[in-house]
Amino acid sequence: MKKSQIYLDHAAVTPTRKEVVDLMRKIENLGLGNPSSMHMKGKEARDLIESARKMVADAMDARADEIIFTGSGTESDNMAILGAARAHKDSGRHIVSCVTEHPAVLEALRHLEEKEGFEVTLLNVDEYGRVSISDVEKALRDDTILVSIMYANNEIGTIHPLADIGRAINKYKKQNKTSYPLFHTDACQAFGYLDMRVEALHVDLMTVNSSKIYGPKGAGALFIKRGVKIEPIMFGGSQERRLRPGTENVAGIVGFAKAVELARSDREREVKRLTKLRDYFIDEVKERVPKVRLNGHAIDRLPNNINISFLDVEGEALLLYLDARGIYASSGSACTSEKLDPSHVILALGVPFAVAHGSLRFSLGRSTTKKDLKRVLEVLPEIVERLRKMSPVKTSIEYTN
Amino acid sequence: MTDYKAKEVKGTKGDIVSADKSHSWFYSDIVKEHFFKPQNFLEGELKESEYNAVGRVGSPACGDELKIWLWIDPKDEKIKRFWWKTFGCASAIAATSITSVIATENNGLTIDEARNLKPQDIVKRLGGLPPRKIHCSVLADQALRDAIDDYYRRTEQSDKIRSIK
Repeated sequence: MKKSQIYLDHAAVTPTRKEVVDLMRKIENLGLGNPSSMHMKGKEARDLIESARKMVADAMDARADEIIFTGSGTESDNMAILGAARAHKDSGRHIVSCVTEHPAVLEALRHLEEKEGFEVTLLNVDEYGRVSISDVEKALRDDTILVSIMYANNEIGTIHPLADIGRAINKYKKQNKTSYPLFHTDACQAFGYLDMRVEALHVDLMTVNSSKIYGPKGAGALFIKRGVKIEPIMFGGSQERRLRPGTENVAGIVGFAKAVELARSDREREVKRLTKLRDYFIDEVKERVPKVRLNGHAIDRLPNNINISFLDVEGEALLLYLDARGIYASSGSACTSEKLDPSHVILALGVPFAVAHGSLRFSLGRSTTKKDLKRVLEVLPEIVERLRKMSPVKTSIEYTN
Repeated sequence: MTDYKAKEVKGTKGDIVSADKSHSWFYSDIVKEHFFKPQNFLEGELKESEYNAVGRVGSPACGDELKIWLWIDPKDEKIKRFWWKTFGCASAIAATSITSVIATENNGLTIDEARNLKPQDIVKRLGGLPPRKIHCSVLADQALRDAIDDYYRRTEQSDKIRSIK
């Protein structure tokens, strides 16, 4: 990326780290065999995958045999939800989740509901995007087999009280002498920033992926707690305990594990650094631009997420003006989405359509410096002012904060 | 299960290019020119005497809202001035800007010409728009017709009003 360009869309995808790319290139040049083959070249590949599995497992205090490698976070979510629902349907057909989940979860749930006779309860969130533990408790029934709540939201960065939800589920199971529901979390955005220890979180299934932690695209993983059964969603091979058939993406898996290792050693420092930058940026925007609204929670928030609605203006226009200045962000505006619907996450906070249309997400990352943010702060107020001059809309200031 | 998606956006039904992930960044040079340097948008306020027709269309719920103010010369009933404000994306801003140019160039469109202006005419002058953007962002032709009715209302020619309001 050129020096004058400022990439603030790390929640969409992170650039692959040089160390990771170098390692992957080396792996691809090894001329490895098929990991399923008996010969030496196959074993070499298999060994690489198994040591990668150990590295990913270590990052979440799990055992190596609890990690299944997949092709993406979306695939892991589908595997967890469809796989758990189908394996446990004889015990019940009720699933609890949340309105602000990623489409990878919501669409899989919708499929189960429309085609496979499941019933899904989607919990609402409060004005900051959080589910309440008592709402989870109230939603649990005799036939609830699965609860799926994301660790941190991809659009607004709100962190759910995952460990508390896990404890509440455990309490419910104990009181009712049942082994249900299973607890799944999509932790893609949390990886690299939050505590990933599966035992502390009380999760049975956890989705993570590589492309959000400076690893390669096309690699993800699903943690499946020992003893938890899920059905495969693909067939045709014995790889990954028959749950993910198909010849393994060895370089991708090794690159993913390398990214995990690097993210672990950087975590503490990056969390501190980015939290400071995040809060600086939010405070400065509020100071310099009138009529704005921070979407999501001020504190229970990913260190790298900033999501702000600029009332009375439309997000795509903002994005394009920023793009012209070499600043890359994203928006919850309908105009930027494939289906021309505004963000379901921001609407779930109880604000009008216009507030969702005017939202911008700046997601920070390793390359982000204070200088970058200062540059954005220089151009942003004038762009907003310019678009506001063109706008006939006057949104009520009750939606600012 | 409640529908997690927002309701269908009015006016765009069936107009979505499926699976086209390369959307919207490929605006034509004319679109970009009018987006980055919009013409005739209203900065500040107008005095009552400066315009004699107001038109409004869309709603921010759909992501687009447009308001226009015209000065129609009562002598030849041609559009001499066209100011606008819009809440919308790049193509909405560009489409409105170019419509203000079309309406006022060469001494101005007559009311009949303005009434017959079609979205296709606007899109053509822009050098095309992504298909999924046309229905939601080209609103200026409707705003023109709305404003012309308003002009007839103000000039007490109610027999010429076409829409019921």
